[in-house]
Amino acid sequence: MTTYVLRRIGVGVGLVLLVLTLIFLALHLVPGDPAMLLLSQGDGGSATPDAVARVREQLGLDQPLLTQYWQFLSGALTGDLGESFRNGQAVSEAIGERLPRTLELVGLATLIAVVVGVPWGALAARKGGWFDSVTSVLTSIGVALPVFVFGSLLVLLFSLELGLLPAGGFTEWGDDPGRHAQLLIMPAIALAVGFASTIARMTRSAVLEMLHQDWVRTARSLGLSRRTVFRKYVLRNSLNPVVTTVGIGVGTLLGSTVLVEKVFSYPGLSSLLVDAVTARDYPVVQGVVITIAVLFVSINIIVDVLYGVLDPRVRR
Amino acid sequence: MTQPVLEKAPPPPATALLEIDDVSVEFGGGKKWKPVTHGISFSVAPGETVALVGESGSGKSVTAMAILDLLPANARRTGSIRLDGEELVGASEKRLRQVRGCDVAVIFQEPMTALNPVYTIGHHLSEAIRSHRDVSKAEAAEKAVDLLRQVHMPSPEEKVKHYPHQLSGGQRQRAMIAMAMASEPRLLIADEPTTALDVTVQAEILDLVRELQQRTGMGVLIITHDMGVVADVSDRVVVMRDGRVVETAPSRELFARPQHDYTTALLEAVPRLGSGTTSSAVADRSAPPVLDLEGVAIEYPGSWRKSGFRAGHDLDISVAPGEIVGLVGESGSGKSTIGRLAMGLLPVAAGRMEVGGRDVSAGSRADLVHIRSQVSMVFQDPASSLDPRRTIGQSITDPLRWTRKLTSTKACRARAQELLDDVRLPKEWVDRYPHELSGGQRQRVGIARAMATNPRLLVADEPTSALDVSVQAAVLDLFSELQREHGFSCLFITHDLSVVEQLATSVVVLQHGRVVEQGPTARVLNDPQEDYTRRLIAAAPVPDPDLQAQRRAQRLAG
Amino acid sequence: MRRRLAHALTPLRLAALVYVGLMLLVLVAAPLLAPADPLSQDVADRLASPGGAHVLGTDELGRDILSRIIYGARVELLIALGATLVSMLLGTLLGLLGGYFGGIVEVITMRVVVDVLLAFPPIILVLLAVTLRGPGTGTLIAAMGVLFAPTFARIAYGQVISVKRLEFVEAATAFGAPTRTRLFGVILPNISAPLIVQVSLTIATAILLESGLSYLGLGVVPPTPSWGSMVAQGQRYLSSDPHVLLVPGAFVVLTILAFGLVGDALRSGLDPKSRSNR
Repeated sequence: MTTYVLRRIGVGVGLVLLVLTLIFLALHLVPGDPAMLLLSQGDGGSATPDAVARVREQLGLDQPLLTQYWQFLSGALTGDLGESFRNGQAVSEAIGERLPRTLELVGLATLIAVVVGVPWGALAARKGGWFDSVTSVLTSIGVALPVFVFGSLLVLLFSLELGLLPAGGFTEWGDDPGRHAQLLIMPAIALAVGFASTIARMTRSAVLEMLHQDWVRTARSLGLSRRTVFRKYVLRNSLNPVVTTVGIGVGTLLGSTVLVEKVFSYPGLSSLLVDAVTARDYPVVQGVVITIAVLFVSINIIVDVLYGVLDPRVRR
Repeated sequence: MTQPVLEKAPPPPATALLEIDDVSVEFGGGKKWKPVTHGISFSVAPGETVALVGESGSGKSVTAMAILDLLPANARRTGSIRLDGEELVGASEKRLRQVRGCDVAVIFQEPMTALNPVYTIGHHLSEAIRSHRDVSKAEAAEKAVDLLRQVHMPSPEEKVKHYPHQLSGGQRQRAMIAMAMASEPRLLIADEPTTALDVTVQAEILDLVRELQQRTGMGVLIITHDMGVVADVSDRVVVMRDGRVVETAPSRELFARPQHDYTTALLEAVPRLGSGTTSSAVADRSAPPVLDLEGVAIEYPGSWRKSGFRAGHDLDISVAPGEIVGLVGESGSGKSTIGRLAMGLLPVAAGRMEVGGRDVSAGSRADLVHIRSQVSMVFQDPASSLDPRRTIGQSITDPLRWTRKLTSTKACRARAQELLDDVRLPKEWVDRYPHELSGGQRQRVGIARAMATNPRLLVADEPTSALDVSVQAAVLDLFSELQREHGFSCLFITHDLSVVEQLATSVVVLQHGRVVEQGPTARVLNDPQEDYTRRLIAAAPVPDPDLQAQRRAQRLAG
Repeated sequence: MRRRLAHALTPLRLAALVYVGLMLLVLVAAPLLAPADPLSQDVADRLASPGGAHVLGTDELGRDILSRIIYGARVELLIALGATLVSMLLGTLLGLLGGYFGGIVEVITMRVVVDVLLAFPPIILVLLAVTLRGPGTGTLIAAMGVLFAPTFARIAYGQVISVKRLEFVEAATAFGAPTRTRLFGVILPNISAPLIVQVSLTIATAILLESGLSYLGLGVVPPTPSWGSMVAQGQRYLSSDPHVLLVPGAFVVLTILAFGLVGDALRSGLDPKSRSNR
């Protein structure tokens, strides 16, 4: 098991290096001068030579490619992600401020999705009949609901019509815990609804598959109760594929925060990213993308380790 | 334990332990139910072993599963099933649960999938023990080790901590039996318990079941398609076909004087070791061999993380023109590997391989082209050896198209029809798809495809092991006929010694990728020189209860 | 075959199929179907509710919402279909090569290319591309095409791995089929079913992603109408005129739902294994 964990971490580290390389290359492999590209507003209009020279210097584009690569790698690994074009703030500092808020949101959404999705899917598979049909329709809709549409509907209903919750914004936990929680509920639910649907669908099909496994018949032949058979020989085995789905889904969730934070004016990491993209503030965009990728890779390592715990066949 | 079984009289079925009376199983749902078995009746007495035999689709497994209502959700049972006089059809789920695993235990065919991969063997055993008795976890753990010891599991204290995938097939089946024995059942249902195992392991498992039966006096209902196993273990036999019982008789009577035509045909189709039928092929030893291996080693190439795996060592095998060489061995012996080597699917790692007089050890492009002009292959699994998206006519002539021997569609079609005729299939079937054919018919198509290039050497990789005995007999007959007509040489790979005896001019016995013994078929089978060959021959069950009883006594004594 | 088809096509799925058909009609015939010019402003009739002269109402500049929906659909589908086509070709090729050859080819295709792309949430990587290239249809098709390729690659890879073991593939090697024939003539036809299912699901995902980007103002460049940016506009009038948001929002949901349901129908129609599950 230890070797398995270490190997997974090793693979993860390798993956992070490749990811960094891809991000580095993205700037350099795009046709045309990156500095010009960043300064043009997509309409091909030319920028002043001064500005171009400044951007080139800030991004280190005037140095040999290998030197740039080395500086980029060592910077990224030591947490030095450069400075914002717009306000000169250190990128790592901006990220440090915003990251915990987004993590809180994603964590809460994941929790809701798992707590709702797994029992829901398991029940649909076990009960069948009308409950299963309704589940099938609801989860189809849940998967198809874009977070920005669903989020807007939540605002319309709970803030504008019912006036139960604030429409958006953010308050630090230390300043007002109650309002902090109130502001977190709607974005978390908006994020969770599609994810819960995906998890429910995956759980349902995994349970249905496990129901037909030979070992279920063996368990029945031992005289175990239906409940025990379902819990220990069906549900337990269904968790393996579900864990994988959750791992991939958390990544998608991280991406969806980009939209949710905009809907609810939530000042997290993703709204930092969107603002930076709009302003073409490349160092910030790059820094956030790196952070999210590293986060996602780490989550997947955890998922793989969990998978190893759940299934003895994969830990070798 | 080695009490001479010849004297064991069949126990009187006066006080039946299990009585099956007019039982039918139906599949479906709602208002539409389709019966798969019709009015099955038989009984099992305490201490008696009853064999339920039949080919695939006969309904034997479904009948056995109906006893404890372990059928799929879309099946139902009718009729009467009585255990010690107590009616089980219509019994409450609670009562059935008390019977399951306590009065009646089951062991299944495929011990890999029958055990939950996420739990240890010890966990499985505790579950079995604690399902009917109120014992502490510690006591159950102790009992688990004890049970493993009773089924002669090597190092039981260690094995309780193992997961199913860490055990060998035979060990997994021992663990299954240990689970079944947890509450000392009065009836053991064994559903094809040795089908997935090698013959030597099969013999050990059957010995174990017999030993446990003699100690506990339980009744055994064994479901099998293997007449050798029937002769080996059963007191009485129930023969099933198409969901009906065709004959019920004491074993020795059934084998000596079968009453029903189907039973007669079935027994005739079973190839039996020592039956005296021998190969009709004639080897021409004066001519240079078609295939010649000298000190060949075979390696499966490794991937970027795993190193290569050596599956054959120092092989010296030669096939003369017109000769049929039987390659026999258990799983992992490397017999299929040698077949794939001869077909050019695996490279020669060391040594020298000649095909039709040409050294092809280097495995160059030209060597492979040469091999394909001389060698052809019949595959094992008729379900997957034909491309489901191509018609059988296309599949048959694909080898010609791929090697550009025949390119026009019209010529290919004509050739396909000719080949279908050769393998006794209707020419008109040229446009059918594999799923429209039965297993035996598909295997005929596979043979036709192999014949398409007029090969000098045919590699046949267990071509009949997936088929029922009656179908197997027909395919083997066809094979012999074709061999006589066309005179090709053959490398016949099989685990079944009786097939080898019937078909091959000489035998190569393999174990762990090495040749143990080789020579003319009659010599090797009648006068084996090596210990392993002797064990292999001794373990193969013969479909003759008297002879088999003698053989078992000899094996257990020796 | 007919019974399988009947089984796969529940009424809901049939409705989805009809809807998808209508969408494809819109793709080729938007100018004929739209009642008005999507860009012409009618300031006198701004923020009109649905049901009047404008069937689905007007937005804050008095533009006809139905016409904007129709033209938006065209752009939406064009991007989604383009991205799906690119990703299908790219992904299938990667998975086919990686699964068939194994070894170093597998490391490069599946471990390096696919795993690295999967290390990013899709929208994040598109944002990176948009930062560098600026928003626009071409950027979106290219970026999303590359991004969705890993899904196809994984499916193709898994399928190749399981099909490769089957004896008819080994028979093709044994009987001298050239590598190209084995890959594209023997393996590809036998793995195509789940890939076709994925096409429909990918179109749904692409629409989801594109509408999200347009919502952020980083997708299709205005003034070209797009559903996502219509939702974003509508947010400002949410309390007074919710139809400005709800109408485009509903179309986004319906379209994604329809392609998802068609995917489900294809799955149960093409893949015999999942039939019992649904």
